[in-house]
Amino acid sequence: MAEITILKRTRTEAVVTQRKFFKKTARGKVIKVLRERYLRDDVSCGIDHCRECTDAQSLPVSGDLQHPSFPNGHFVLPDTNVFLSQMDLVESPLFTPPIILLQTVLEEVRHRSLPLYNRLKALTRMDEKKIWVFYNEYRAETAIIREEGETPNDRNDRGIRKATAWYNSHLKVNRPPIRGQPAPKLPTIVLMTEDAANRQKAVKESMTSVSVRKYVEGMKGATQLLDLLAAEGTSEIEPTKAVAGRQALYPDYLPTTALLAGVKAGQLHQGHFNANQYNYLEGSVPVPGSSKPVLLVGRENMNRAVDGDIVVVEVFDEKEWKAPADEVVDQDATLKNDDAEDSADEGDTEGHEVLTRESKILQSEKRSAERQPTGRVVGVIKRNWRAYVCHIDSTSLTSSNSTSLSQQTVFATPVSRLLPRIRLRTRQAPSLIGQKILVTIDRWDVTSRYPEGHFVRALGKVESKEAEQESLLLEFDVPYRPFGKAILDCLPKEGEQWVVPPKSDSSPDWKNREDLRELIICSIDPPNCQDIDDALHARPLPNGNIEAGVHIADVSNFVHPDTPMDSEAASRGTTVYLVDKRIDMLPALLGTNLCSLRPFVERLAFSAIWEMTPEAEIVNVRFTKSVIASKAAFTYEEAQIRKDDPHHQDDLARSIRLLNTLAQKLKAKRMAAGALNLASPEVKIQLESPESSDPIDVEQKEMRETNSLVEEFMLLANISVARKIEETFPQTAVLRRHLPPPRTNFEKLQDILLKRKDMKLDVSSSRALAASLDQCIDPSEPAFNTLVRIMATRCMLSAEYFCSGSVGKDTFGHYGLASPIYTHFTSPIRRYADVLAHRQLSAAIGYTPLHASLHSKPYVEHVLDVVNRRHRMAQMAGRASVEFYVGLALKGRGEREKKVGGQAAEVTEDAFVIRTFRNGLGVFVSKLGIEGLVMFKKNMQFDAENYTITVRSTTIAVFDKVTVRISVEKDKNTQRGKVKMNLVHPIDSSGL
Amino acid sequence: MVQSISTLKCASRIEILNEGGFRSDGRRQYELRSIEIDLSQQGHADGSAVLTHGLTQVLVSVFGPREAKMRSQTIHDRANINVELSIAAFSAGDRRKRSRGDKRILEFAAAIKSTFEPVIQTSLYPRSQIDIFVQVIQQDGGFLQACINATTIALMSAGIPMIDFICAVSGGVHSTSPLLDLTLLEENDVPNLTVAVMPKTRKVSLVTMETRLHVDRFEEIFKLATEAGQVIHGEMKAAILKWSKGLVKSMGHGNQDRDGGEVDEVGFD
Ligand SMILES: [Zn+2]
Repeated sequence: MAEITILKRTRTEAVVTQRKFFKKTARGKVIKVLRERYLRDDVSCGIDHCRECTDAQSLPVSGDLQHPSFPNGHFVLPDTNVFLSQMDLVESPLFTPPIILLQTVLEEVRHRSLPLYNRLKALTRMDEKKIWVFYNEYRAETAIIREEGETPNDRNDRGIRKATAWYNSHLKVNRPPIRGQPAPKLPTIVLMTEDAANRQKAVKESMTSVSVRKYVEGMKGATQLLDLLAAEGTSEIEPTKAVAGRQALYPDYLPTTALLAGVKAGQLHQGHFNANQYNYLEGSVPVPGSSKPVLLVGRENMNRAVDGDIVVVEVFDEKEWKAPADEVVDQDATLKNDDAEDSADEGDTEGHEVLTRESKILQSEKRSAERQPTGRVVGVIKRNWRAYVCHIDSTSLTSSNSTSLSQQTVFATPVSRLLPRIRLRTRQAPSLIGQKILVTIDRWDVTSRYPEGHFVRALGKVESKEAEQESLLLEFDVPYRPFGKAILDCLPKEGEQWVVPPKSDSSPDWKNREDLRELIICSIDPPNCQDIDDALHARPLPNGNIEAGVHIADVSNFVHPDTPMDSEAASRGTTVYLVDKRIDMLPALLGTNLCSLRPFVERLAFSAIWEMTPEAEIVNVRFTKSVIASKAAFTYEEAQIRKDDPHHQDDLARSIRLLNTLAQKLKAKRMAAGALNLASPEVKIQLESPESSDPIDVEQKEMRETNSLVEEFMLLANISVARKIEETFPQTAVLRRHLPPPRTNFEKLQDILLKRKDMKLDVSSSRALAASLDQCIDPSEPAFNTLVRIMATRCMLSAEYFCSGSVGKDTFGHYGLASPIYTHFTSPIRRYADVLAHRQLSAAIGYTPLHASLHSKPYVEHVLDVVNRRHRMAQMAGRASVEFYVGLALKGRGEREKKVGGQAAEVTEDAFVIRTFRNGLGVFVSKLGIEGLVMFKKNMQFDAENYTITVRSTTIAVFDKVTVRISVEKDKNTQRGKVKMNLVHPIDSSGL
Repeated sequence: MVQSISTLKCASRIEILNEGGFRSDGRRQYELRSIEIDLSQQGHADGSAVLTHGLTQVLVSVFGPREAKMRSQTIHDRANINVELSIAAFSAGDRRKRSRGDKRILEFAAAIKSTFEPVIQTSLYPRSQIDIFVQVIQQDGGFLQACINATTIALMSAGIPMIDFICAVSGGVHSTSPLLDLTLLEENDVPNLTVAVMPKTRKVSLVTMETRLHVDRFEEIFKLATEAGQVIHGEMKAAILKWSKGLVKSMGHGNQDRDGGEVDEVGFD
């Protein structure tokens, strides 16, 4: 048992250790807060072989010997600002000195920026980085209190200096000179700070202190690292131009207190800033209490907000309300001549030109009558800046001489259309042309038209698969590092040789497990499926009923709570499927082997077994851990053939037929209850071979009866499990829900359908919606119904995981599935929520006790927040990957046709118009599952009320079927690939 | 707008147990806060003690055994124990005024009474009454443990015969890590309990839990708290011994120092 002790505190210490202060609560009440702190002398310095400190150590004994300025070795002790402004540098694998991270610094970083704090925490856990957290506030010699008249900043700086001094003397005391030997060389503690005043103070107190730039300049490989320095750091060294002379382009933000007070009083509103992908001069902010988002028109009103930022807006007087513009405004086209270097002083004539151009656009825009609130950004609560994948705009280079190492100011154009161009300085500009690069935004001043950022690293050549793949993963924040040793150590040590042990009473693996090896179980999946999560069986019972079973890989038998593998899976949240790559949530040994329910081998499973009447009414359900031996792994197609072919009269075929009849009845019941048949554009990319991964063609996914068979039973299992865990753990059950969409979401679609097709969409309930969607049929156009379903799906909210105790029970329902309760249980190999559901179900049937964390509501909420976010990101990454390959396939197809026809042929496809603009059409090519934009050079006759545009006396309306010519074009300047579409029918738009 | 406040709060929230194994006040998991025991005379009380756990401070005054004031409360074969609890308005952060009749206060008083009933040898004083006045001066978590420990000391200083000490300690579980002797900050964050033990017999005389705690975790923290009770016992014993030595000395015939052995008998045989 652990040793229990009392910490004695002397009375004299009380001054340092006790604190009383008053705090105002959210409700405005003042409360007294008492805090005390215990000072200790056993807080470890973290340096190897220290005579005094015995904790686990992680810093090498003489620090780092590589830096020429510190021949005796050194440790870096950075202050808070170094982490706040130079995190990319610290994260770089080239930046390797051992770092002493003070508690004071860590806490200040946490206070200032949670994302940076999280990045810093992640660094402290990495084996490659030598970072020691020194809890200086708890060590008696280094703890300090704020003195009277001292700002918190000054207090922290003093604390940092005190800790530096302590380290120096601690090293000295613990490495005393030995008689007869030369005095030991003591490594230097290098206080790293950007604050010149603090450096002076440190030097006066005879410490070593340097700025980040000076330190990096002395390093080997400085050029690469210098580019990583944030823009903030550079202004100190070489002030660019007369900053004072610059003219403010944007209004200043209000102070935070005024923002909070304004929001509280209801005068200001807070929300996420959403940029408009069609028009870079417009954005919107959905705010609580208003059914329509607040529209921000023009640069000045958007006031430096970047997509995803949490901003505070002021709503204008109702007289000024407007409708969103009906025009496509492309940033690249409008700003193509803007000079990166010159626009540093935006006030001059060049800048005026841009402004006039932009204001002309804003004025000329004709807007329809339908108005919505407009406003402007008055402050930012939280920036959500991250690293963005960009291309360097070659026209912004002043010198493209590839050996030039002179510093240039250039523009980086983000791949995402939602982001502004970023201005950055680099010495590597020429070598970055034609590459995908990662850029972060550092700041956006009122005097600067564009945000300023810095180059992080190059990802590779544009259109190379590696660069495209990595940029996709980065853009959607998918963790893709290989699994570390600590994680792989959690796998069974038998590795590939692991087998289910022979059945015996003494075997722990067999304890309380049912032997289902004799059952005729099979799995049905897409072709080449390697991670088989689920398998099924059905057989008639003597009483005339049917036994049906769903058997799911028993992942929780291998992945235990509180292990590195578990935390990694929790933070990954889901497996991500790209066209040519799968980024696993769990190591492949589990996913594709030990947990995969392969045929002909024994596997551990978690089974849900129902007794059903022939009418698919559930008589009872039970859950059990089991051992199964699948008898076959079918593809959907094989299973379909086996079922349909009357020559097959074996047990497997009978089992599939039985499952199929039940599934049809289950589906009929679900539909009757109001489940929606939704659609999203699903296409499949045909790759030539897994190695070359050259796409041959795009085809639409085919849906067979057997797809539906598997789906129905998975839904059934998920619903049954959800009921069970909710009943057992009403406070913390891991569930999934789909909230009903707000009616206003459908208004536009309803209006279009009514005006263009004279169809009505009843959105009063999911059942009504399902029924009216069934009526949206154009007999001449079979794909029309699917299109409407896709558009309706976009009006809905997305489904989400949640903790049962955190929301009202009346909001548990799954709208799309029309089920009162739902969870995810059936894919634990690739979804983390399922792993949690497995643990809870296992506890619910008394197989294992429930880990304490799953009793904790805050823990479950936190994990599900992460999983929800990862899930969304994974879907977007998958979609983007498909889009990229569709582009490649189009290019390939165009080239092949060129060979055959002898001339430059382009791909033409049928498309539906889904949106009309004053100067363009939004179209959806259902065969390829992509959306595109047909642009006209000038505005056309446009009828916003009726969703039509008239081009050369031909009127085109939303839902019209048109033919488009599709080509993939590279932007000359940025090399960014762009799908370009032109109308071919009813009119040819190539000249327009 | 709610979000803005909660994000700010989130950022400033304090870690209950950081990766270095330190709690927010610099203690490790099984370290108890500083304990101070002041046995100096308070007013006319027959026995009194001011006990401090960290920043939580409680004053207990004991009167009696004395003749029961009210007929209705006399018990013919033993003494009646009367516990009154008051919480100073300035003791806690929110300055909430709690009246004596407050239901929570009555509950706590009843818990203290039932904790001590089995150890006080009430049968020695039939038809009399023992009044215990518990005053909470300052609160920073572990309010009940402080009340119980202070009451033990005060009863001893009043010379009331008891069969054993009662030592209380609070504990909680952060994620899966047990913590002992919680501050207010910790109490608000983690599921917690208070355990009172009789160190000689190792019997448990009180367990209270106001938050839900999983049964497996309960067992672990319960064992730890029981163990911690023994540690607190040592501290209380030493304080009593020191006090009684001082008392003996001041009475002028204190040359026969006991050799530090069982001090339990000092006050009450
Ligand atoms: Zn040391």
